[in-house]
Amino acid sequence: MDYFLQQLINGLTLGAIYGLIAIGYTMVYGIIGMINFAHGDIYMLGAFISMIGFLLMGVLGITFLPLALLLVLLIAMVFTALYGWTVERLAYRPLRGSVKLAPLISAIGMSIVLQNFAQVAQGARVKPLPPIIKGSIQLSSANADYPVTLSYLQIVIMLVTIALMLGFSWLITRTSLGRSQRATEQDMTMAALLGIDVDRVVSTTFVIGAALAAVAGLMVTLYYGVIDFYIGFVAGMKAFTAAVLGGIGSLPGAMLGGLLIGLIEAFWSAYFSIEYKDVAAFSILILVLLFRPTGLLGKPEVEKV
Amino acid sequence: MRDLRLTTAFRDATAAALLAALLALPMLGFQLTGTAQGLTLDTRFPWVGYAALTVFCGRLALSLAGQILAPLFKAKLSLPFLLAAPPGRLRNIAGWTMVVLAIGLPLTPFTDRNLLDKATLLLIYVMLGWGLNIVVGLAGLLDLGYVAFYAVGAYSYALLSQNFGLSFWLCLPFAGALAASFGILLGFPVLRLRGDYLAIVTLGFGEIVRVILLNWQDVTNGPVGISGIQRPSFFGLPFLASQPGHTTFHEFFGIPFSTEHRIYFLYYLILALALTTNIFTHRIRRLPIGRAWEALREDETACRSLGIDPTKTKLSAFALGAMFAGFAGSFFATRQGFISPESFTFIESAIILAIVVLGGMGSQIGIVLAAILLVGLPEWFRELQQYRMLAFGGAMVLIMLWRPRGLLANREPTLRLPPLAAENPGERPK
Repeated sequence: MDYFLQQLINGLTLGAIYGLIAIGYTMVYGIIGMINFAHGDIYMLGAFISMIGFLLMGVLGITFLPLALLLVLLIAMVFTALYGWTVERLAYRPLRGSVKLAPLISAIGMSIVLQNFAQVAQGARVKPLPPIIKGSIQLSSANADYPVTLSYLQIVIMLVTIALMLGFSWLITRTSLGRSQRATEQDMTMAALLGIDVDRVVSTTFVIGAALAAVAGLMVTLYYGVIDFYIGFVAGMKAFTAAVLGGIGSLPGAMLGGLLIGLIEAFWSAYFSIEYKDVAAFSILILVLLFRPTGLLGKPEVEKV
Repeated sequence: MRDLRLTTAFRDATAAALLAALLALPMLGFQLTGTAQGLTLDTRFPWVGYAALTVFCGRLALSLAGQILAPLFKAKLSLPFLLAAPPGRLRNIAGWTMVVLAIGLPLTPFTDRNLLDKATLLLIYVMLGWGLNIVVGLAGLLDLGYVAFYAVGAYSYALLSQNFGLSFWLCLPFAGALAASFGILLGFPVLRLRGDYLAIVTLGFGEIVRVILLNWQDVTNGPVGISGIQRPSFFGLPFLASQPGHTTFHEFFGIPFSTEHRIYFLYYLILALALTTNIFTHRIRRLPIGRAWEALREDETACRSLGIDPTKTKLSAFALGAMFAGFAGSFFATRQGFISPESFTFIESAIILAIVVLGGMGSQIGIVLAAILLVGLPEWFRELQQYRMLAFGGAMVLIMLWRPRGLLANREPTLRLPPLAAENPGERPK
């Protein structure tokens, strides 16, 4: 039971990170109907910028932890969002309204560019960072060998994720920006006719998605303490799987899918084999899609002839 | 000469340079260096300046060139005539020229071992492109895990020849059949899925196959891979200086031994395999099944109502596309003599898909051109190493922006309606 509880905590933490990345996929898909393959690499850049931010705080002598965290968060979100905006502007906007596969190939190309840019700029070696948020709460110590612990870092990750989710839902449901976003999602041409600046809405979507990915990147930097230029591919694929599992285009679906993928991975590694955890995640995705072809929370496509 | 809008160009260039400087600031301006004490932060701010300057000059040159060349573009003078969608006749001629060139390549005096090796690699990608074209170009099913079938083909040849001592020619049909059954295996769960759901499932399938190859130590030897795979023989005559109890290739033909014989043989072998794929695709487009694929690509609902069975049609496309990847995989294994899961990563699938899409979705010659651009050219710049991949990705984006529909976009229709009979104008629908 204790072991189970511990895996539940680990899985939820991992799931929160996947969920944050998955939102970027699902939002972009909802609005312009393309798979943004470079999103995983945007998250990787977010992780790199966060690590640079932490070292910069050390150089500047800002040792008060909450302030340092907040500053790094801001730096990472702003610069990563800038990368997201630029990628959309350069590689996707000229292809909007073109054949369907064109933006996909362009996105794969962009993903290769970003990955190799990070490798050239920062080197191929794995970058380690000493733990910054230390300490944990012991939840249960019935079994002395496996005490169930909830680290402060895990609490921070979950709290930040919940706060971001709340803020994000508010943005989508209550503000005029969210309204134009939902309108664009339903019908881009009609939204444009009604005076919504579609280009701007799409740009904001990429900016928001990239900023959330930056937060995920920051958390991963803190949680695992090691990053390299390749992390974007694996995490991106998992997050994309999460988005599809939850029903691509659905925001609660992305979060749910992220949590599920995180839990599947944690439990599979704990009880079966760590090598095949990716196989488990994909197999469950295929199983779910067999019975619900549009994901868990996705709306079934109505086809008009 | 019209006056150039210099101010606008300058303003654009300055904005772009500012953006570049901001983007470069964290990633280029600072560098994480690992030392014995941990990570330290170094600065190299001049790099930010260089990046901004490069972008400024590039953007300025681009907008000035755009303004100068715009009138030319309007006159359609700058379009290279070959790329301007040649009519079927011209394309046929181009195709045959390419075949003749490919057959004649090893006979030209400037051809050396190195060039032939590169040409062989290029032909593998051309064959994979033609194979994937059946799935993506003809049947319109997006497949992001094509490399899985390539891997199945490679591993089935390697394992069959190592464990049972079967020859390449015996293994080839096995490898093709096994890859095809994997194609059907993938096809079943995705029958109900459309478009982008298909993309993630195929991507996941490719990863599953790779992870299994990586971890099933007993059979696949894990990340170490399989080495010492049997090299190909000329229909039973090995390419060796001598082999006790066996007639070797050079002994049989009474020519002096040369290591280059094998290279030549491999080149012609893959050329034959690739051309088989091409001819097969070319012919099957004229059969009912080929027409059903293309109809399915255009409109699934219409197909169903016309009585085309989508299950059979989709599965056959997956199976046949996979079969050719299996053949190519066997060839790859016998050529390299060594395979490991490293060779079958997602990036390979992405490259093959990019070749098909850049070639112009369904255009066979376009695929050759795209393969030359994406695989052939980077091979010549191997020394640049990591910058090579950076340029590769950039080229992928640029070509897509330049020609979103692919290099040869106009698809030749498989069937033309006969011209309306002029003698009974009364039958014409009003």
